[in-house]
Amino acid sequence: MIPELGNLALTLALSVAIVQSFLPMLGASRGNVLWMRSAQTSSILQLVLIFISFAALMRSFIVSDFSVQNVAANSHSLKPMLFKIAGTWGSHEGSLLLWVLILAAFGASVAWFGSNIPDSMRARTLSVQAWISVGFLSFLLLTSNPFERLSPAPLDGNGLNPLLQDFGLALHPPFLYLGYVGFSIVFSFAVAALIEGRIDPAWARWVRPWTLAAWIFLTIGIALGSWWAYYELGWGGWWFWDPVENVSFMPWLVGTALLHSAIVVEKRNALKSWTVLLAILTFSLSLLGTFIVRSGVLTSVHAFATDPARGLYILALLGITIGGSLALYAVKAPKMEPGGLFSPISRESGLLINNLLLTTAAATVLSGTLYPLVLEAITGDKISVGPPYFNASFVPLMLPLIIIAGIGPFLSWKRADLAGIMDRLKWVAGITAIVLLVIWYLNTDGPILGVISISFAAWLLLATLQEWAWRIKLFKAPFSESLRRARHLPRSSYGMTLAHTGLAICIFGFVGSTMWKSESVTFAVPGDRVEIAGYEVVYRGVERVIGPNYTAMQGSLQVFQGGEFVIELNPERRQYSVAGSSTTESAILSTLGGDLYTSISEPAADSAEGKWTLRILFEPLVGFIWLGAAFLALGGIISLLDRRLRIGAPTRSKSAAAISPSPAE
Amino acid sequence: MKRVIVFIPFAIAIAIGVFALWGLRADRDPAGIPSMLISKPAPQFDLPSVEGVSVPGFSTADLSGSGGPVLVNVFASWCVPCKAEHAVLTRFAEVNNVTLFGINYKDLPEDASAWLENLGNPYDRIGSDLDGRAGIEWGISGVPETFIVNNEGIVTFRHVGPILSEKAQKQVLAALRDAGLTGENT
Repeated sequence: MIPELGNLALTLALSVAIVQSFLPMLGASRGNVLWMRSAQTSSILQLVLIFISFAALMRSFIVSDFSVQNVAANSHSLKPMLFKIAGTWGSHEGSLLLWVLILAAFGASVAWFGSNIPDSMRARTLSVQAWISVGFLSFLLLTSNPFERLSPAPLDGNGLNPLLQDFGLALHPPFLYLGYVGFSIVFSFAVAALIEGRIDPAWARWVRPWTLAAWIFLTIGIALGSWWAYYELGWGGWWFWDPVENVSFMPWLVGTALLHSAIVVEKRNALKSWTVLLAILTFSLSLLGTFIVRSGVLTSVHAFATDPARGLYILALLGITIGGSLALYAVKAPKMEPGGLFSPISRESGLLINNLLLTTAAATVLSGTLYPLVLEAITGDKISVGPPYFNASFVPLMLPLIIIAGIGPFLSWKRADLAGIMDRLKWVAGITAIVLLVIWYLNTDGPILGVISISFAAWLLLATLQEWAWRIKLFKAPFSESLRRARHLPRSSYGMTLAHTGLAICIFGFVGSTMWKSESVTFAVPGDRVEIAGYEVVYRGVERVIGPNYTAMQGSLQVFQGGEFVIELNPERRQYSVAGSSTTESAILSTLGGDLYTSISEPAADSAEGKWTLRILFEPLVGFIWLGAAFLALGGIISLLDRRLRIGAPTRSKSAAAISPSPAE
Repeated sequence: MKRVIVFIPFAIAIAIGVFALWGLRADRDPAGIPSMLISKPAPQFDLPSVEGVSVPGFSTADLSGSGGPVLVNVFASWCVPCKAEHAVLTRFAEVNNVTLFGINYKDLPEDASAWLENLGNPYDRIGSDLDGRAGIEWGISGVPETFIVNNEGIVTFRHVGPILSEKAQKQVLAALRDAGLTGENT
């Protein structure tokens, strides 16, 4: 009964979306305020209906209703409750339902919070959002209905992929989707603006908070995914340039470019056409990601069970959405009047270079991801493009970006004084040069790219701190004056400082864990010792432990440093009897300087009976990657709380001011 | 000029869409990544004969210079699909005059010889890979698995799983002909 209710709610949501896709649009072109405002009611109604549907599916998972096909295929009565709930979005159908739920949630938030947006703009935006809704709701109902019944109902379910039974991964898809789908509203704003033929600083101000929110979620989602890969896959790597990782990374790169170019539109009314294009591209790349993950055109460790019919439907949706919006762009963009002029040395130019580098980087990732498909189509050869390509093409593009990110905040709008900036940054440049030489001296035979990257990260960190010190006149003015200035600095400025610091911290992690990684793989018998990076690891043996829905062989490793006992690590190899597969649970000793990473797996050859494959790595600074990602997200959140983004939204600004301790507000 | 430039994103999107559409063809298997060995010399190994079986064992050197391609089949008596595949291989050897070598993978000699006695022995040579070393060298993912090695000792083809379906049989024969198979009785 409840699943049928969920199905009904989903069907009703589709009909509401269909009405919303034309009525407000029509109202906006005819000046009918009632029709325009209908979008606000209908987007909230859509959210409520899809939420009912989602709750119905979640209930089926919680009570293990195996008469629902999706539950039977993806859940099991023995599974812990957290993973039963997470199972709701663990399958293709369920995750798509989460996708449309988030789509509706963003539409409803614009309806709810967007009182500062003119009626016609809001109506058109919500109509465009409803077009996407119609596409994906019909896809869900026609090809991937999550409420399909199974008769007779099996006694128990098939379980969920054991690799995915993990806390980090339970949270990874919701955040990733909040990011991906969050960009839909930015896309809708862009298409609405193209239809209306109006793009101005006010438009940029409406769009920026949504871009920022989606970007924050996507940052967290990607970081969670890489953290999961790091401790769950048992290889000690955190990024594999796998197609599915790449498709989540491309919207992030273009979205980051969009965040920066929207500032130029807002402050200087320039780069408008470019910003609209970025808004369309960001969501288009998110959609491309959805297509690649679900259609199986590219091989990946992450792919869902694939079905060509579904792939065709999504491809048609993509064709209409992306093709349609880019065609609209091509027709309307030349009519936009150019905005403010700026000299080659100015904040605008800095941000433009940032944009060009980020989009070029996204383009290299895109071509690396699609190249195997294109090559196979043309020559029939099958290849896979791996880390060597991406490291050789992506990293060199990022290096100038890091330099620019250090200088950019010092540049003033319209025309900047380069000599003055050079003068301010001379100490930073000097220290960077010293860091470069010291690291180079320590690593004469290390990869030169790594040495350069780490000194550039030092440059970015120092320049960012210097910029903050310069803004508040630290040590140049009396301390009370600096304190006053620090208080009055806008939150967006703090957001930038934190995010740029986060980027620098990330790079320390990327380079450190790649360049100075030490690794040892041994076939160990109890009593064996491995020495690595100043640690001594003694293997004591394995024992069987029983978990709720698995049995595991748990290794016992004693870690000593300088003869002192530090910790016992227990990496596991888990066997999930229901799914008939196994997972690796690594055990990690995390320190500020790096992680001691251990995992065990069964011996590959029978001749090595009783010997377990013991894999021990020391990855310096690897924790900095996720620390940096946290800084990036925090920077985004603080920037989102900036006063200027709340102006004209009285209900929100009041509540946000109440929780903020800052007297500057 | 600007009017042309603004169409570039659209054109790129359409091009990607066309490739994606191609990628969705029903008969395409994106996971079918060929073996690392393809176009490379066959790996080094030297396998003794299976005790109680009349045909000799073989080593890497025996694969090349026989005047035609060799079909190397990895099999075991404990493997049920191998039994089904056995009939196809026998037909290949008798009708198509294929030179067939077998790698008897992790199999007890008495089991293997009983199995061959029971079903017949289509193999020209059989090497006993009791400890699975040769299997690792060949990079097999399971049993059965079949490779084609041409007269120069280069691996030209790999088939994972039993050669059973009409399509798989045609593929293997076509690959054998590409590798220089002659003298078929049609």
